[in-house]
Parts: sequence; structure tokens; C-alpha cells
Amino acid sequence: MEKMSRVTTALGGSALTGRTMHCHLDAPANAISVCRDAAQVVVAGRSIFKIYAIEEEQFVEKLNLRVGRKPSLNLSCADVVWHQMDENLLATAATNGVVVTWNLGRPSRNKQDQLFTEHKRTVNKVCFHPTEAHVLLSGSQDGFMKCFDLRRKDSVSTFSGQSESVRDVQFSIRDYFTFASTFENGNVQLWDIRRPDRCERMFTAHNGPVFCCDWHPEDRGWLATGGRDKMVKVWDMTTPRAKEMHCVQTIASVARVKWRPECRHHLATCSMMVDHNIYVWDVRRPFVPAAMFEEHRDVTTGIAWRHPHDPCFLLSGSKDSTLCQHLFRDASQPVERANPEGLCYGLFGDVAFAAKDSLVAAESGRKPYAGDRRHPIFFKRKLDPAEPFSGLASSALSVFETEPGGGSMSWFVDTAERYALAGRPLAELCDHNAKVARELGRNQVAQTWTMLRIIYCSPGLVSSASLNHSVGKGSSCGLPLINSFNLKDMTPGLGSETRLDRSKGDTRSDTVLLDSSATLITNEDNEETEGSDVPADYLLGDVEGEEDELYPLDPEHVHPEEPEYVLPQEAFPLRHEILDTPSGPEHLQDKADSPHVSGSEADAASLAPVDSFSLLSISHALYDSRLPSDFFSVLVCDMLRFYAEQGDVQMAVSVLIVLGERVRKDIDEQTQEHWYTSYIDLLQRFCLWNVSNEVVKLSTSRAVSCLNQASTTLHVNCSHCKRPMSSRGWVCDRCHRCASMCAVCHHVVKGLFVWCQGCSHGGHLQHIMKWLEGSSHCPAGCGHLCEYS
Amino acid sequence: MNRGGSSPSAAANYLLCTNCRKVLRKDKRIRVSQPLTRGPSAFIPEKEVVQANTVDERTNFLVEEYSTSGRLDNITQVMSLHTQYLESFLRSQFYMLRMDGPLPLPYRHYIAIMAAARHQCSYLINMHVDEFLKTGGIAEWLNGLEYVPQRLKNLNEINKLLAHRPWLITKEHIQKLVKTGENNWSLPELVHAVVLLAHYHALASFVFGSGINPERDPEISNGFRLISVNNFCVCDLANDNNIENASLTGSNFGIVDSLSELEALMERMKRLQEEREDEEASQEEMTTRFEKEKKESLFVVSGDTFHSFPHSDFEDDMIVTSDVSRYIEDPGFGYEDFARRGEEHLPTFRAQDYTWENHGFSLVNRLYSDIGHLLDEKFRMVYNLTYNTMATHEDVDTTTLRRALFNYVHCMFGIRYDDYDYGEVNQLLERSLKVYIKTVTCYPERTTKRMYDSYWRQFKHSEKVHVNLLLMEARMQAELLYALRAITRHLT
Repeated sequence: MEKMSRVTTALGGSALTGRTMHCHLDAPANAISVCRDAAQVVVAGRSIFKIYAIEEEQFVEKLNLRVGRKPSLNLSCADVVWHQMDENLLATAATNGVVVTWNLGRPSRNKQDQLFTEHKRTVNKVCFHPTEAHVLLSGSQDGFMKCFDLRRKDSVSTFSGQSESVRDVQFSIRDYFTFASTFENGNVQLWDIRRPDRCERMFTAHNGPVFCCDWHPEDRGWLATGGRDKMVKVWDMTTPRAKEMHCVQTIASVARVKWRPECRHHLATCSMMVDHNIYVWDVRRPFVPAAMFEEHRDVTTGIAWRHPHDPCFLLSGSKDSTLCQHLFRDASQPVERANPEGLCYGLFGDVAFAAKDSLVAAESGRKPYAGDRRHPIFFKRKLDPAEPFSGLASSALSVFETEPGGGSMSWFVDTAERYALAGRPLAELCDHNAKVARELGRNQVAQTWTMLRIIYCSPGLVSSASLNHSVGKGSSCGLPLINSFNLKDMTPGLGSETRLDRSKGDTRSDTVLLDSSATLITNEDNEETEGSDVPADYLLGDVEGEEDELYPLDPEHVHPEEPEYVLPQEAFPLRHEILDTPSGPEHLQDKADSPHVSGSEADAASLAPVDSFSLLSISHALYDSRLPSDFFSVLVCDMLRFYAEQGDVQMAVSVLIVLGERVRKDIDEQTQEHWYTSYIDLLQRFCLWNVSNEVVKLSTSRAVSCLNQASTTLHVNCSHCKRPMSSRGWVCDRCHRCASMCAVCHHVVKGLFVWCQGCSHGGHLQHIMKWLEGSSHCPAGCGHLCEYS
Repeated sequence: MNRGGSSPSAAANYLLCTNCRKVLRKDKRIRVSQPLTRGPSAFIPEKEVVQANTVDERTNFLVEEYSTSGRLDNITQVMSLHTQYLESFLRSQFYMLRMDGPLPLPYRHYIAIMAAARHQCSYLINMHVDEFLKTGGIAEWLNGLEYVPQRLKNLNEINKLLAHRPWLITKEHIQKLVKTGENNWSLPELVHAVVLLAHYHALASFVFGSGINPERDPEISNGFRLISVNNFCVCDLANDNNIENASLTGSNFGIVDSLSELEALMERMKRLQEEREDEEASQEEMTTRFEKEKKESLFVVSGDTFHSFPHSDFEDDMIVTSDVSRYIEDPGFGYEDFARRGEEHLPTFRAQDYTWENHGFSLVNRLYSDIGHLLDEKFRMVYNLTYNTMATHEDVDTTTLRRALFNYVHCMFGIRYDDYDYGEVNQLLERSLKVYIKTVTCYPERTTKRMYDSYWRQFKHSEKVHVNLLLMEARMQAELLYALRAITRHLT
């Protein structure tokens, strides 16, 4: 391979020509090796052993070394290597543990030369000495390495790694007597060929097997290793302790690694599993590969640079039965696709922004951040001419400081905390929010709220809206209520998204169980309010359906506008059901909450208080000017966009939530999602977790409401045996005791548990609150003075 | 038992066994009474296990740490004869049942139930029915496969193949499961499920192979859950001649005989270890040896005259008498010899082309993080576990013997190692042991105490448990390799 740095070839360094090409082999390849003339390549595999000539436009099969009627296991190659001194000499490692040498100069059809059957297990690797004509090294699964002199019948010396199996052996290119071997247990050993009794040096390089190693062709003592732990590491072996100089993290276990000729810091890797590409890395830039070859359709098993002094031609063999020649100029460069901009907040509101030079230069004239005091600081990386993508790498960093005092965002926090977003009729919400805005001195915002109230709450509009609504739904005003408790009302259209509940993990089967009981409850509830026949067939569907049919629902049953908000609705009340069903008071509260969730009047219409509201509005219908309900929506949408552009995404989102269904359809999903995520991000920066959670809960965008479904598991340990409680939060599987007792009522706490951090006694939230109103001592009688804030 | 006088009686006992079965078939109500043997295993005298246990603090600690049920069950007790291994076993089992993973907890236990049901292993089923309910599983599912979601039901096919003929698993099976649709499996979920299935198939082998007794736990006596299928025939268990009795009642000749057997085995091992394989063993010769071993494994069980009654009959028996069939479909599907299949040109699985270390690990770990490391450690542990003893002898290198056991199991599943001379299997594993291995790995539910007793009479029980561990892990690895290979093919 490219180890013969001192040998000049007939072709000379620059004479190589060719193009990116591939040819089909008859069978998967296990390894390839190049002849020193750079014009031939040998491919070996379980049932293939052929030499191909590399021509300008194609590969041409030159010789089939797999001869004989009955293919022998000796021909089932795990590795192949072509001698870099002698064009006629090849060696293969067979899966049955035999090392075979081949002499192409033999006149007969069978070129097999010598057979060494000394290894007991599969031989993983063979390696010729780079300058010595007759020395061959092998490493085997049985944990031994053997050195053969080709002039003799058996091995000259045996090296025992004292370990399970040898995965790779490589002679050092610079040090005549040294070779490196890598092992399945993660070790790398350095041996002196003259001293078979013990290794010179050993260190643990990887976690798990080290599949490959390669000595640097020029730098003495640089060794690259690749392992199953998906890392490529470069070691400096000249120091007394092997020093890790570089580390590249790849995405799959590393099967082969080869230094790139003439490029000091480049190496090529391919992986053992899953990933089929070949990467060329600059070890100094370990995050993005310098180049990538994507030709293969199955894992690449062998790579070799075509010529020891030419960095442009790479050959590779693969399990997909192809042999490829890759040209560097045809490689895809992931850097080009990378996003070279970075942005970060400082502790005090400073913003740092890094981008490509060119980009910043172009924009600096425009001063996009007018209004901020600007202190740009530029750093420029020194250009390294040796680097192929230095042009891309140069970047500028700008830091923007905020004006002291000017960055006060107290209005934002106040607004976020005091706004009411749901839970009351629209008119009240608008009034309330207008009042909040006015108190904070934001008159324009206050005005906007007032206008919204006038636009949407002029009674006639409401009546027409609810009229539409009831037509759409027939008489089933109880329907939305069922929705809010049932899992099953997902439309087929939502099918894929409904699988979200997978993230709920453990609770899922609980959900299904609860589901059926919830159905029953709702049924009873509905009995009195409507008494009509509509839910009957709705429920019938459930009863007949099997478990899995609980999820889909016939489209006819769903109101055409419902799919939009069905999902979040389903997700949240249900979760509360799971948590709170057992505890009475919370349950009540929860029920009161459920209509808010939809944030839309359409649903709320089913509940008593809102019903009366709509009745009320009908009585006011006389004053109505009877404008179509969406008359203003274009205007309102423009207004929302205006606020968002201004940077007041808070306003945009709040209005969006408050108005709900009325404007939602006029703004595209992506914009909404964008607003939501920006607002939530802002809220979280101000540690307004409650508000941000409420916003997530009220949002109708699927991507946003997903946020609350991620990592929902709360791990609890039993207070007696300290083991994690896996199934339920209040009873321990192991010691069969109830872990959390209320100090006041001495019952098991199944919902919210509050405890004192001083004495660690606690109990039901309500009970503790009540207790501490009357007494400041701990209810458990431990004498601690508990505080509740 | 011994070659001396007791063999006629043994034969009579076997006959009785078939009689029992006939009786059972006539009157399905007859329940085999619970064996009266105490202790965790029906095969191993209680004192052997208990003795080891009282000494061992480590085991208790491990159980504390990793047991899902929170108590020392019989499996753990028997395994605690090999504490080193027990740790990696419990750790991996705990990880797949309790730690982060793509499947919800009740699913995991239900999958365990499905897997154990393939081998009618009531012990494991009872255990996991309990855990299933404890983790919040829906009781209705326990009524059988018709009551579970379609998604779980879809797993049935792969469960069946994996348990009995893993070589039939193709990427089409995988594709069918992961194809986007109502009930599809994501790849990580599928890998989790496959790991669970393989684990519990293999564990069923261990349970039967070591004659694990049902837990005597008053708590579970919740009638509807307890499935009691007794796997050991009464008469078989009643005939309580364990090693001691056997050697006492048998003639001196018997002892000498088995002693010399042991010596001979050790002799052969030594020879294999020292002497290089004669170069003459040509390629063809090696292939033939593998094929021969494969073929021979064909006759191993059917050659056992006592099981010579037609398979269908036998299986009917099993099904009729068991309630476990509700967790499986196609209960008649069983192991079919790979060798026989081989005639239809099913290619031999070349171990070197898809190894656990290189390929299996990476795939498993990618899709179900960290389980790879745990399984890797477990396989390594069991493969390298040795005390350098054999029966009464010390300082013995048992590598060849362990390798022979491991590779023989893989051989029955059609996995061939290019670098292994299958002639060694013939030299090292006596026929009665082969019978036992084949039964335990392929039809564990048919294991009897007699089989367990009849091989390696001089060996300690702990050594026989070691054999069982090897068989179990070899089987699990074989199943995993086939399944993972199919998944890899699906991915590429």
C-alpha cells in the first residue's frame, strides 16, 4: 500500500489519470490491496479473489486466482495484501486460520505458493514488511501474531498478546523492527520483531475492540487507530507514554483507517456497520469530514489509496459487490452544506454572532442592528494554505452589547404573568389584558385588546358563529366533552401524529384502560344534558372496536373543523386524569380546567356556564350589524404579523391563543409554530416556567404541544428501601409498603405531595396548607417549625 | 442409569412415561401433582444450592440491586453457583426490563410471556404475568393473543421463527413489521423486542435444563393467573436417583467406568490442545465434518428411542394439557433440524460474515443503546468463565470443551465457524450429552431429569449448571445473530 515512500514508481507521482468509476464484482469483497505500480488492484472476499487492472475508463479483470473445482476454505479471504517491493507477491488471510502466499510469477494456473496453517482461529490481518522482501506478519483471532520468513516452511517467531484476539497488525514504516497490533479488548501493543517474549508497550486505546490501525507514512510514531466505539484516535508513540493527539468521532464503528498520502493531517475511514460512506477527515477538524464518498450501497470493507504519493485517487471495495475508484475532486464536501453561522447570548444580554467573512463584510454596511450600541470585535483566523477548505473556515465574530438599563424587560415578565389567556369568555379576557397593558403603560397594546373585544365580541357575531357551529354538529353538543376525555377521537388524517403518545411510554397502557372508564363516565354525564341519541352510535363504535380501533375514528363523526385542535385536547386532560383521578379536590379543579384547554368557544359551548353565555348573546343579537364572521380576520392577522415583526412576539402569541379558532386558520402553521417557539424560548429565559407551560398547553400547533410530551417520566424512589419505584408512584414493588403518607390525614398521597425540606415530612397539598394556617409546627409532631411559601 | 443393573428399570420408567402421557390424553383433567422436591431445582439436590447461597453475600446484594421482583427466585438461586456470571446476567435482564428503553414496561413483560409460551415454560410465564400486572398491564391481555393490540400480535410470527427456526427470518419479516402503518414497529422498539424474545427463549432453555422448580409463593395463588403445567413426568421425578444413589446402588464397575470416561475425556482434550491439527484435514474434510455434525444432530433426539412416538402426538399432548397456548399461535410449529432443511439449499450461516463482536453489537447498540455492552459482557463472561476444574480434577484448561459446547449449539442452528474443526465436537461430547444439549436448546420442554443425570456422571452440579449457562447464551446469540442479520439486510 502507500508505505513505500522511498520507492519511485514507473508512473511517477503525478502521472495518474482516471475518473470516478466502479465495476461490479461477482461477490462481496472483504479487502482490497493495490500493487505498487498503482495500475492493479486485488480484491478478496469469501468467494472472490481477483486482480483487476485499473485503466483510464474502467476496471478490467486481469486474473482470477480462485481456481480449482472445489473452492477451498483457504480461499475464503478475510484480508489480502500486496507486497510493496515485489509485484508478484501477495498474501491472504483465510477465515479458517490459514495464511497463504501467492506468486504471480508461477507459470501454472494455480498461483498459490505457500500455506501456513499455524493459527488455530481465523486470521484477521496479514502485513508485509515495508522494506524486507521475505517477512510476513499475521494476526489471528486466537490471540497470537506470527512472523513468517517466506523462505522457510513455518513461522520464525510467535507473539502472544495475552488477550482474546488480534484485529490488526501493522509494521511501522519508519522503525525497521517495530510493529503495532490491536486487540479485541481495546488494547494496542507495540512489539519489537526481535523480542517475541513480551511487548514493548501496551495501552488501552478504545472502549471495545480496536478494529484497525495505520502508521503515518511520514511522521514517525504517529499511529491512527479506529474502534467499535466509533472513534478514530491519533497517537504519538514517540513519547514515553502514548499520547492521544487527535480524536475524531464518527457515526459508526470504524472498520478501516488509512492515512492520506501527501496530506499530513488527513485520513480516510470506512465503517463496519450501517454507514456505507467513506470519509476523509482532517484530524484537526474532527467534527466535519473534509470529504465524503457516497458511491457504495452496502458497507465498505476495504479502502486503499491508489498511489503512495498521490492524494487524489482512492480505491474501495464493498459488500455490495462493487469495486470503486473515487476521485477527490468528485467527493462531496459536507462543509459546503454546513451552516457556518453561530449565535449566542451572554449572561447580561450580550449577543455574539459568528459568520463567514464574506457574509459579514457584505452586511456590515447595512447595519442591521441599528438601535443597539454596537461594539463589533473581529477575530480572524490565520489562514493555513495547506488546508483545502481554509477559505470556508475563516470567519468573523461580532459581539453586540446591550445598553445598560435599556435591556430591562420587566414589562415582559409582568405581562407574561398577568395576562389571562383562557378560562374566561373572550370579552373578559380582552378586557383583562387591556387593563394589564394599560397599567404597564403600554397603551397601544391596550388599545389593541380593546379593539379585539369590539371586533369579536359584538354579540351578533357570536351568535352566528354558534349557529354555524350547531348546524355542523347536529344536536351533539355533548360531543366535545367526550373528546376531551377520550383517546380515540383522532381522525385518520392525524394517524401518524397520534403516535405521539408513544413518548408517554409507560403510561400508555394505563391510558387505554382509563380510556374505557372515562367513556362510561362521560356517558353518564351526558345523559342529563342532552338525552339525545347522537352519542349513542359514537359510543357504539367504541364498544365494538378492538383495542387498537380505539384510535381511529370515522371521519363522519368529526366536525370538519375539529381535527385542528383535537390532538392537544386529547393529550392533556387525559394525562391529568391519570395523575389525579384518585384525589378528589384536584379532580374537581381539573374538570373545571378542561374547557379552557381548547381555548375555543366551539368546545366551551358544551359546558353549562358558557352555554348561558351564548344564550345571553343571542338575546343581544338585535344590535348586531351582521357582518360576516371573518370580516376582520385579515386585518387582525396583519396586526399580529406587525407585532411579531416588531419583536413583540408575546402579543402575537397571546392574541393567537385568546382568539383561538377565529384567526388561526388565516395564518400558516409554520409562522404560528415559529411564534410559539420564540415566545416559549423567551419565557424560559426569564424562568417563567409556569407561563411557558401554559402556553405550550394552550398552543394548537402540534410541534409545540409535543414539547410537553417529551421526557415526562418522573422517577421516584421508595422512602423505605431506597429502590426506584417503577410501576406506581405510591406503592413500592419490593417492600410492598406505601411510600408517601400524608402527615395530616395518614392516608396515601397519590397526587401532589408537598414536603418540608427541613424535616422531610409532608402530605397532601391542601392538608398541609390548611394545617400550617393554624400551626407552625410540623404535623408529624417532630417539632420542626415548617414554613410554607 | 449405570450400565449395570439399573438400565432395565430405566427403560421401564420411560415406558411408564409414555403411559402417563396416554393416560393424560384420555383424561385431561388429571393434573400432575406438584413435585415434592424442595429447593430451587428438581434436578439438583437442595443442599448443593443452598450451601452455596448462605455463603454468598454477593448474591444477595445483586438481587437487591437488579432483581425486578425483589426476591431471590429459583433461577437466581441456581445461577448463584456462578456469581460472576449472575451479575452480568441480572444486569442485562434488569436493563431490558426496567431501564430506559423504547418499549413500555407492560409490553416488555408481555413479550417475555409470549417468548416463554413458545416453550410452554409456565415458570417464566407465571413470573411475568405477575410483573405484567404490577407494572400496570391490562389484565384482559392475559386472556390470550386475541385480546392484545394488533401491534403485539404481529410480533407473533417473529417470535415463532426465532424460537424454533431462526434461520428462516428474512428481511421481509422485518419489513412487514416496520412498514409504516397503523401498527408498525419502530426499529428501536423491534430490536428491544427481539432482544427480549431471544433472552426469554434462551432462559426457558435454562429453566428446563436445570429443572427449576415453580416458585412456592403464596402470594401468587390468585387462581386465574397460575398456570400449572408440569414439565416433568411424575414417574420421572419420583424416581429420585440422583448421582449419589446411582453410584451407591450401581456396581463398582459403574463408578470405575464413569471415572475412566472422565479420564478419557481429559486425555482427549489435552491431545486436542497440544497436538496441531494434522494438515491432512482438507477443506472438504472440514466441510464434511460440519455437515456430519449437523446431520448427526438430526438423529440425536429422534435416535432417543423413548421419544420415538410421532411428533404430532407428542405435541398434541403438550398443547392440550397447557393453558399457555393462548399466548401463541401455530403451536405445532417446532424446531426442525437445520440439516434436514439444508437439503432445500438454505445457506449455512457463516459466522465470520456476521459476528456478534463486529456486526451484531454495533447494530444492537445503535438502536437500543447500552444493551450491546451488557450483552457483550455477558457473552464474554460465559465464554471465558472457568474455574480450571473438571469434576475432581484441578488445573484443567477447559477452553476446548467450552468452545465445543458453544459451537455445537450454533451448529444446530446452522451457524458454521470456518476456523473450527467439528471433529472435535465428536471427540469431546459424548452421545448422552449431545442428547441433552439438543433437547435443552431445541425442545427444552422435553428435558427430563434422566437426561440431566445421564451425562457426565462424575461432574459436579455446579459444572452442569455451567453447561446450561453456556447452552443458554449460545442459543441467545444464535437467535440474535439471525434476527440482527435480517435487520441489517433490511437497512441496506
